[in-house]
Parts: sequence; C-alpha cells; structure tokens
Amino acid sequence: MAVVTAMRSGDQSAMAELYDRYSGIVYAVALRILADTSAAEDVLQEIFLQLWRNPGAFDAARGSLGAWLAVIARNRAIDSLRRRRPETDIEDVVLSVAPDLASETDRSRAAEKVRGVLGAMPPPQRTVLEMAYFEGMSHSEIATKTGEPLGTIKTRIRAGLIALRKAFRTQPST
Amino acid sequence: MNVHEQFAEDLALYALNALTEEDRAHLEQHLATCPSCRLELEQLRADSALLALSTVGPKPPQRSRQRLLDAIAKEPRMPVAVPARPRRSLWGVLGWAAALAVVVLAASLWKENNALQRDVSSFHASLDRQTVELERARNVADSITNPEGQHFTLVALKAPPQPQGKAIYVPKRGTLIFIANNLPELPSQRTYELWLIPEQGAPIPAGLFKPDAHGSATVINPPLPPDTKAKAFAMTVENEAGAATPTMPIVMMSAGE
Repeated sequence: MAVVTAMRSGDQSAMAELYDRYSGIVYAVALRILADTSAAEDVLQEIFLQLWRNPGAFDAARGSLGAWLAVIARNRAIDSLRRRRPETDIEDVVLSVAPDLASETDRSRAAEKVRGVLGAMPPPQRTVLEMAYFEGMSHSEIATKTGEPLGTIKTRIRAGLIALRKAFRTQPST
Repeated sequence: MNVHEQFAEDLALYALNALTEEDRAHLEQHLATCPSCRLELEQLRADSALLALSTVGPKPPQRSRQRLLDAIAKEPRMPVAVPARPRRSLWGVLGWAAALAVVVLAASLWKENNALQRDVSSFHASLDRQTVELERARNVADSITNPEGQHFTLVALKAPPQPQGKAIYVPKRGTLIFIANNLPELPSQRTYELWLIPEQGAPIPAGLFKPDAHGSATVINPPLPPDTKAKAFAMTVENEAGAATPTMPIVMMSAGE
C-alpha cells in the first residue's frame, strides 16, 4: 500500500490519510468497549501514535492495516477497561488473514457481513463471544456469569470465530 | 493445517486475551515450538478483528484528528524509507531462541561426541599397545617356562655345574621372575621355597617350586605385598605344603645387587 509506505518514510500527510481511513474502526471499537468518548479518544490517539512511532510493527505482508489496528485498539481498550497495564506488545499482534478494509465500501460490506454472521448465531454463542471480545472477560469469568460449563464457553468462543472466518472465505467482501 | 486439537479452543481464547494465566503460560510454551498453532492463532486474531466491524457508532470528533496531527508534527521522522523489517514477534524470538538452543545443543553434542571419539581412539591405541606388550611378555614367559625349552648355563670350563638362581624383581609392580638351574634333586614330599628378604622385617614367602629332571625351575609372579623393597632372595627346602617362615638352613641366597 503506497500510503503505508509513505507514512513509514515520515510523510505526515500519509499518516493523516491513514487516520481518515481507519480512525472510524478504531474509535468505534474503543467506544463500544469503554462506553466513554474521552477514554475512546485517548485510545484512538495512542494507537495512531504508536503506528507513527513504530511503523515497522505492522507487517503489511500479513493482514490488512485496518484489521491490525482494530485488534490493537480492542486490546488496548480492554486493558484500559480492566485498569491494567497494556499486556500486548503491538509487534506481537500478527494477523495472517483479514479482509481488505482500505476503502469505505470494503469496510461497509465487511461490517454488514459480520453483523449478518453474528445475527445468525445462536444467542448464547453470540453473547459469549461478545463478552469475551467487548468486555475482555476470561472464559472462567464468563462461565461464572452465565453458569455454563467452562468447556462449553471455550467451544462457543472458538466456534463463533470460525463461523466469521468461514463467512469471509466463501464470500469475498471485495 | 495440523493444529493440535488439544490447543484448538485455548488458541481462540488466547486470541482474545481471554485465557487464564496458567493456561496461557502452558499454551505459550507450545506456541514457541509449533508453527501450525502459531498460524492458527494469527488467523483467529484476524477472525476476531472482524468483530470490531460489527460496532456501529459515531465518528471520532474532529478534535481527535487535530490532536494526532499536532502530536506527530512534534515528532517528525526523517524522510528516510523505513524498511519493512522482519517481524519480531514473541513467537519469532522464542522460535529463534529454540533454534539457537538446538544449535548450541547440537554443537555441544558434536563436541562431546568428538571428545568421546578421541577418548575411544586413545583407549584403542592404549589397548593396542598393551596387547603388543602382553604378547611380548607371554613370549618371554613361554620361553622360560616352556618344558621343551632348552636351557644352557655357561660356566667356567672344567668347573662342575653349580646350582644357581636368577631373580628379577620389580618392587613397584610387585613382579618377580625367578629362574634356577642345576638344582639338586629333592627328596620326596619336599619342595624348594623362595624367600624375599625385605629391607625391614621378616622374610616373605615368594613361591614353592620343584626342579625338573634337568635341575631347572621357574617361579613367575608369586603373590607378594606391593612396593616391598628387597634386600635379597633366599631358598630353603621345606615340606611340600611350604612354610610361613624359612626353615634353616638356607640352601641358596643372592649376593645382593
């Protein structure tokens, strides 16, 4: 991606372009998790500053920048929600497959598809997945809260993620 | 992909940071050595990124954009292309560490193997030398003790043959070879006994022997106390069972060397 290359070489306008492209995803996931606009803005600022300071942390050959930023933002927001210091080094976050979210159209199509997959899931599975993803709960916390066995929680989380993967494999979003 | 089934569900939890500390450490140990599970983890992370797309909400305020641009303006980077350096993930580091450990271990084993091979070669060489020496000693002993061996004792002409004995003693090794010739024939149920006369203390029995028809006899390495320095060797005639102390008279004694 030329704009990523430009950003890497210190082009501030390229950084602004990347912000315009992906800030919506980063802010939305941070706000969903933190339910606080000020805290979500802090996460937004922090994530893009990290990208600026350490552009090499993102491996363009593996996964899209949008998906990578979403994962980083989600992890950082969860850390903030649970008032713990950041647990994940951004260099350790690697995605091997992710939809291309570079254009507004890509993002809209992908978002629509994800919502479709989630809507088709059995409610207990969707709830478990969202508790883990948006609330940062461990499987044992979820088991305690829902009264479900640990094994069931584990199975539902994995099955939910695999369902999302399959949806994007069988129907390309672009 | 050959993901290890026992880790499949934990991988999904790990991708969401939803694994307990204990399970996490256990899984990380496995990830350090399993490329298939690392790849699956990366795919699960990509899957989880899709969940972020399900969120709907307002766009970030304009002030956030300006705040970021102001911040990066204060941290300009030199307009030099930053090469996409190889990813330095935790697994990569652990993988390289594991690879390095294997290399170090292999080098260590190779070194140890070489040392062992050197030792074995050294043992073989030593064994070869000892075999040669043993064979030589056998030949010497066989020549001395062989009943078919012809023994010649050279004496002054016209002098009658005199009984004589030759003792070769190595105190450090405790080895003794004794060769006697022209010994008088013994009465029945009697035997010659050789004595080691130490520098200090009582005579030590050094073997029983009877001469053959030619008056010759040998004693090879009788049991002797180690590292006993000898002042002389002596011979007595004893009962067939031998004696613990010499019975007088002494029939032969070394002149001392």
